[in-house]
Amino acid sequence: MSNEKMTILIDGVAVEATEGQTILQAAADAGIYIPRLCNHKDLLPGGHCRICTVKINGRPGSSCTFPVADGLVIENDTDELNAMRRAIVEMLFVEGNHYCPSCEASGNCELQALGYRLGMINPEYPYQEPKNEIDATHDDVYIDRDRCVLCGRCARASVQLDGKRVFGFDGRGLGTRIAVNSPDGLGGTNLSVDDRAATICPTGCLRVKGQGPDIPVGQRAYDSTPIGSDIERKQTVKQAT
Amino acid sequence: MAKPKVATGHFTGCFGCHMSLLDIDERIIDLVELVEFDKSPINDIKRFSGPVDIGIVEGGVSNDENVEFLKQFRENCRILIAMGACALNGGVPSMRNTVPLKECLEEAFLNGPTVHGGVIPNDPDIPNLLDRVYPVHEVVKVDYALPGCPPSADTLWAALTALLSGEEPGLPYELVKYD
Amino acid sequence: MAVEQQRDIISQVAEEFGRSPARLLDVARGVHARLGHLSEESIGFIAEALGLERVRVRDTISFYHFFARQPRGRSTVYLCNAVVERMKGADAVAKAFEEATGVKMGETTPDNAISLAYTACIGLSDQAPSALVNGIPLTNLTPADVPMIVETLRKGEDVSSLPQAKVKKNLLKRGDIVFGAMDPGAAIRKALALSPVELINEMSVSRLRGRGGAGFPTSMKWSFCRTAKGEAHYVVCNADEGEPGTFKDRVILTECPDLLFEGMTVAGYAIGAKKGFLYLRAEYEYMLARLETVLARRRDAGLLGTNILGKGFDFDIRIQVGGGAYVCGEESALIESLEGKRGAPRDRPPFPVQKGYRNQPTSVNNVETLCCAARIVEKGGAWFSAFGYEDSKGTKALSISGDCERPGVYEVEYGMTLQDMLDMVGARNVQAIQFGGPSGQCIAPDGFGRRLDFDDLATGGSVIIFGEDRDLLEYMRQFTEFFTEESCGWCAPCRVGTTLLLKGLEKILEGSGTKSDLEALKKLGATVKAMSRCGLGQTAANPILTTMENFPGLYEARLSKDEFIPSFDLAKALEEGCAVTGRNPDLEEKHA
Ligand SMILES: Cc1cc2nc3c(=O)[nH]c(=O)nc-3n(C[C@H](O)[C@H](O)[C@H](O)COP(=O)(O)O)c2cc1C
Ligand code: SF4
Ligand code: SF4
Ligand code: SF4
Ligand code: FES
Repeated sequence: MSNEKMTILIDGVAVEATEGQTILQAAADAGIYIPRLCNHKDLLPGGHCRICTVKINGRPGSSCTFPVADGLVIENDTDELNAMRRAIVEMLFVEGNHYCPSCEASGNCELQALGYRLGMINPEYPYQEPKNEIDATHDDVYIDRDRCVLCGRCARASVQLDGKRVFGFDGRGLGTRIAVNSPDGLGGTNLSVDDRAATICPTGCLRVKGQGPDIPVGQRAYDSTPIGSDIERKQTVKQAT
Repeated sequence: MAKPKVATGHFTGCFGCHMSLLDIDERIIDLVELVEFDKSPINDIKRFSGPVDIGIVEGGVSNDENVEFLKQFRENCRILIAMGACALNGGVPSMRNTVPLKECLEEAFLNGPTVHGGVIPNDPDIPNLLDRVYPVHEVVKVDYALPGCPPSADTLWAALTALLSGEEPGLPYELVKYD
Repeated sequence: MAVEQQRDIISQVAEEFGRSPARLLDVARGVHARLGHLSEESIGFIAEALGLERVRVRDTISFYHFFARQPRGRSTVYLCNAVVERMKGADAVAKAFEEATGVKMGETTPDNAISLAYTACIGLSDQAPSALVNGIPLTNLTPADVPMIVETLRKGEDVSSLPQAKVKKNLLKRGDIVFGAMDPGAAIRKALALSPVELINEMSVSRLRGRGGAGFPTSMKWSFCRTAKGEAHYVVCNADEGEPGTFKDRVILTECPDLLFEGMTVAGYAIGAKKGFLYLRAEYEYMLARLETVLARRRDAGLLGTNILGKGFDFDIRIQVGGGAYVCGEESALIESLEGKRGAPRDRPPFPVQKGYRNQPTSVNNVETLCCAARIVEKGGAWFSAFGYEDSKGTKALSISGDCERPGVYEVEYGMTLQDMLDMVGARNVQAIQFGGPSGQCIAPDGFGRRLDFDDLATGGSVIIFGEDRDLLEYMRQFTEFFTEESCGWCAPCRVGTTLLLKGLEKILEGSGTKSDLEALKKLGATVKAMSRCGLGQTAANPILTTMENFPGLYEARLSKDEFIPSFDLAKALEEGCAVTGRNPDLEEKHA
């Protein structure tokens, strides 16, 4: 049953998919980029950001969690969905405190890159300006919670890839924060700088210390190539027969 | 036909955006051909000569003087453009927004490690600080926003030339930057 | 308390629950009851006792409303601030508590006797204002009652002997199905004479649909669950009843728990489960002892446990008490909570009937659904489907409150019009009906001809009536605020979007909203609805969106004629700085 082939329709194009894939994976294999933030190819999906929302047979659903099934009709690159995705990106910007000019991740940050790709000039919503704690207790890695988008990647990576449980959440609702497995901060945990969790953050929140912005402006990941270009560069859509 | 008038203003920022404006290099000659500069730190004209076509402002709004001048800009400019991260979202100066103003002032003028016997300045000649640094669009209506810290010379040039030829100043991918 | 002593207590509590990580919620409740709060140290000891990482423990306990992380008073007053409570004077009661204790809501008295806090709907909207004091419900409160209550708490005495410690049943209309006469065992006897497939067929004949709100056909749910492969199957009864303005499950749980347990047992037989859970919201913990007694009695009578009625069928029920979270009524969040985790919903598919509790096929059903199921087995599917209307068969227990003469629970047949409903409860001069609670819709008088019907007006049963003098949009603001407090935070559009909805609505209510603000709010509402992960976020904009639709005039009246109104207020922005420097703000408009 595991290799069964099927066909789904994405924005009118027939795409071949394999049983067990998610819509997002099947689309990516066919060179179709569905915007996403919390998803990471090496991790199980978390379903946090909802930026990957597509319409599945007319109903909105997250493509990073939704398994393919033969004949699904998907809408992806529509003005309506892209406007709503942009709205979520704007929400994430006003939820935290993002000072891109002084952020080490700038230019390589996936949140920022989504803003660029989806056409955000400036968030429309009021800034929430929360007060957050910086955790610099670890020798090699720090957490600047102002830049956290609660994507859960670090927490999933720690469990799924590193066999540890360094991260978790604290609180709920708008008060949710990323938490660590020690009352003494990150320095009290068994996180190693070589752990996958240490470098899997899509933003400038969880970063390895001592790494300034060393790539010149203009040459950074998303300076001139929109996020998702790597997927779109992959051969054109495999037409199912 | 008279040349369109352009005014520029500066609030709480680093003047980087204005530097970027000068950074258009020799295109500044074309610009001077195209427009007439009214009130602006570039030419040191302090007052509006009258209504102008385009106002471009840099910096966030952090004190009552900023508010007053920003309102003048809105009143006098047909089109108002917010230029750069500080004008758009407060930028680096707004990093103080998560700390209560009282604490900021006490840290800066009373308790900071390099302060000895300080006082919090209260001279009537200095502007009164606002509780936080506001983006320009929260204080007055803004027509267009140009992101960047600073926006590149190309960004400013692209936006200005578009506006002057009566088009919407849409920016290509490479020119939209938040840093 | 000495650290060692604390550790011992925690170890004892953990032992009571077999040191099972899945019982983290129970262990946390036990420790909280013994130590008064869950400190950073306690979190560490709980982690140690259960063999969990402390961040896992923190992840769970920090989620639930009723777990205090800081020390609190010996007694805690949780005053309910749900909409109906505030319509009936909860604000004045709060003020009276503040006066009598000398501290504000959210604070603790200096002598550590009393803490004051707010809590969302506690299922007593029919006898509002109400409060939970040390878990005991006090009802129909007035400011005059407060000094006596505070005095009792200061003396360290039990409030359960106070005259306010009385929950009226308020069952004002009994139908034949849920609140009809009951013979314990009748349904089980009938069920065990059928095969599970025959039993599910009977459900299908009855055309019973879920009473929790969504109206999914119960026969289909059971059939999917039965045929799904798994090591074990589970029945879960959803008694989280968190939708503001609902309290019918409270009445069912007190009036006919036998019928409910019978329904769970029948469900277990149908889907092939040996184990059932009743997930009881923390606010209803005061019913726990009595429910346990009923379970014990049923075990004694051979209606529960091994070899039920000598027919070789094993089934038992455990009651899981929650920790205070509306979202735990969402079935997948409920399952997470049942597994000892934070109540964050799961993405679907897979559905609980495929992968539910411990990833095994699980049928989650509402309290009332299970009561109906028992009755269907007892009296037959055809008997049941003779009640009701079109595709909505049977009766519905409604919780009706707000501006009416006779708030309470009414079991009525599907198909009843809203106007008949209003007449039944003695409501006149009605401005609006909030139908289905905040996640439902706000209906104007021109819609009062509509009927109680899954395909038009589906509801879990909350009906809140607003009289013509009420400031309707203020209550919509309070509903929106409720969602900001109950958003689980897992997904961005709901976590952030609910707060932005609240701010957007507040701007309009303050009179500084423009037409473009209104448009923006509508767009934001559509985004939160479409993009959120679960039903909470998907319905959080409903108070705003349905009033925009049905009461557009209320919004227009509040809009400013100006094209642009800044959110910025100079005088306010200058206050803080001038207070520090001792200068006077200069607010005059200056012109260059
Ligand atoms: C935020 C939220 C809260 C809910 N609360 C309840 C509840 O308290 N009780 C309930 O039965 N269903 C509740 N539901 C619906 C459940 O997810 C589920 O559909 C229901 O328990 C299924 O039972 P039924 O088929 O018998 O209706 C809630 C749903 C959401 C999204
Ligand atoms: S994390 Fe990304 S979006 Fe946030 S400040 Fe840094 S670069 Fe900007
Ligand atoms: S720290 Fe980074 S990886 Fe972890 S939740 Fe926050 S944004 Fe995601
Ligand atoms: S919609 Fe709200 S309650 Fe539901 S998962 Fe998202 S944040 Fe949690
Ligand atoms: S990428 Fe799918 S929810 Fe974040």
